[in-house]
Amino acid sequence: MSDTVRVQSEDFDVGAELNRMRLGKPAVGALASFVGTVRDVNEGSGVSDLFLEHYPGMTEQALANIAVEARSRWRLIDTVIIHRVGLLQPTDQIVLVIASSAHRGDAFEACQFIMDYLKTRAPFWKKERTPDGTRWVEARDSDDAAAARWAGRAAGSNP
Amino acid sequence: MRVQVRYFASLRESLGVESEVIDLPEAVVTADALRAWLAARGGVWAEHLAPGRPVRVAVAQRMAQPGTALSEGQEVAFFPPVTGG
Repeated sequence: MSDTVRVQSEDFDVGAELNRMRLGKPAVGALASFVGTVRDVNEGSGVSDLFLEHYPGMTEQALANIAVEARSRWRLIDTVIIHRVGLLQPTDQIVLVIASSAHRGDAFEACQFIMDYLKTRAPFWKKERTPDGTRWVEARDSDDAAAARWAGRAAGSNP
Repeated sequence: MRVQVRYFASLRESLGVESEVIDLPEAVVTADALRAWLAARGGVWAEHLAPGRPVRVAVAQRMAQPGTALSEGQEVAFFPPVTGG
């Protein structure tokens, strides 16, 4: 059982990460993954590129804490959280979350939970370039609501 | 008490400061008191750290509450709500 956290400027290989969590691990019966990518439009404006800033040290620790929290709620075998920083272009991969478990329910829910918590608790900030110049992306209330719905929920009760 | 204060993202740009070491008056012992003390500098500090502005604070690289106590030598960070993922 391991929780992997990486914050990096390089791209990642989803297939390779999935294989790494499956091969040699016969207890794994389910792998749920989520990939977040850069869109070319946000809040009605075209986005030509995106810069992702983080808080070195705190960001990694915050992601590790989220994995620990997920592990306390679901029966997980391994988790992976990879988040890119620096300059990204539309269609680039930003974030990868994978959870593995014996059965799909735990992996599905843990993957969604990790993303919901990441969006509201991990120190990353996006600055996007639009035809009108650069602007910092503002946090969304819908992300807070998505994270809040997990409060007090036990494993096995999908929000 | 001496602390290192760091600023991130839009807040860093608005304040024009990335990091500073501050010798705090004795009365400043919590994250919120530090924020108010910084806001009292006036100008962009008063504007961007005013009560009601969406500013988050971390103490020793952990998300903190307004009442979180500060200790000698700690790192305190102020930043806007996060937007990763």
